[in-house]
Amino acid sequence: MANAVIFDYGVGNLFSLKCALEKTGLDVSIGTSEQDLAEADAIVLPGVGSFTPTAKKLECVKKVIQNKVAEGTPILGICIGLQLFFEESAEGPGAGLGFFKGKVIRLQGDLKIPHMGWNTISLVKSCELFDDIKESTYVYFVHSFYPAPTDESVVCTKTTYGTTFASAVADKSMYGIQFHPEKSGDAGLQILRNFARIVTG
Amino acid sequence: MTLAKRIIPCLDVNHGKVVKGINFLQLKHAGDPVELAKRYSDEGADELVFLDITASHEKRDIMRQYVEGVAKAISIPFTVGGGIRNVADARNVLYSGADKVSVNTAAIENPEVITELADVFGRQCVVIAIDVKRNLNPTEGKVTVQTAEGPVWFEVTTYGGRKFTGIDAVTWALQAEKLGSGEFLVTSMDKDGTESGFDIELTRVISEYVHVPVIASGGAGLPQHFLDAFTAGKADAALAASVFHYNKYPIPLVKDYLRKAGVTIR
Repeated sequence: MANAVIFDYGVGNLFSLKCALEKTGLDVSIGTSEQDLAEADAIVLPGVGSFTPTAKKLECVKKVIQNKVAEGTPILGICIGLQLFFEESAEGPGAGLGFFKGKVIRLQGDLKIPHMGWNTISLVKSCELFDDIKESTYVYFVHSFYPAPTDESVVCTKTTYGTTFASAVADKSMYGIQFHPEKSGDAGLQILRNFARIVTG
Repeated sequence: MTLAKRIIPCLDVNHGKVVKGINFLQLKHAGDPVELAKRYSDEGADELVFLDITASHEKRDIMRQYVEGVAKAISIPFTVGGGIRNVADARNVLYSGADKVSVNTAAIENPEVITELADVFGRQCVVIAIDVKRNLNPTEGKVTVQTAEGPVWFEVTTYGGRKFTGIDAVTWALQAEKLGSGEFLVTSMDKDGTESGFDIELTRVISEYVHVPVIASGGAGLPQHFLDAFTAGKADAALAASVFHYNKYPIPLVKDYLRKAGVTIR
């Protein structure tokens, strides 16, 4: 059985995500060290916490994650986990993984921040992570910052909340989603099953 | 597109069992929170709220058990409230899989707890529940609203509506927001259990003052009441118990009604 390791930044609840990933048939464990990640068939950066403390926690495993991803190990970043794919964030100091060029910026406008609740995703390019997901599907968001990749071609889905932003990006074996699949009902489970299929090949 | 308005069934839990009028005929174990959560989630609930009324020293263990069960069974957000007084209580349920905690009396008695919770878990995890009763005696310094009953202000009550605090709900909401509240669950004690509709004036005045989402609660009896809460009341979400428990108006029916009325619904 393929195993996915959720990296624990030590700042929040990973139970729901673990349960949801287990439903896809992956063997799921929670890891905090290089050794935990070294043998992983897939890495998941969960969506709990803010940029500076999570980037700091990530430092000790950065090399192993970068090496594994360079070798083609699938990685899924959720919410802050996706934002950590970038080099830096307007949320605070710290260095991300630098997988994607671009910025992580704060949502602007008169709307309530954080952007919290059910909103739709618009599919802008075909991506196996979104197989069997319909156009304008509702998914669950909780965030105040969003990624703005320099290279538009990595954007898989877009969402509008005041501004229109990239709600999912993908490149090679890297998959980042701004919403929470583990809280997005059946659609979210389908996205996680798609990720599991990518992992098992 | 914009955010969908949320429909939130509320479940009262005592010693790990759902209490208070459950009438799902098809269910084998009507009082099982996990089974009910699954059922509501399958019907299209956007979120769930569990209010725990257990009063015993095993409370934490009991809560952890069913919260874990619910988290395994559903993949929509859920909030747990009832007797959450501090970071340790909140961690207990959040680390068991809940997405938010709701705090009521403890926040009034010790407002700093709001900031502590927001600092540790993020403000999106912190729901401040406010139980409100209309006060018909005009008082200087209270945010007063004209209603069919004349001018009223909205008084915060604690201990399930038994204790009157003299605090104006609007002023309290603004203070709580400043301290770190990420959402408000505003229950009208006047309307609760009446099935005569939400307190629209209350919902609207809180929604107009604060900058975080507001959940209207207390009084839902008809699909029309949800529409009123979202339009005239400007609520972001509406919570109900009996109307769903008794299957009088199942969630799909309410959602269909709202969709046809032009409300953005998942």
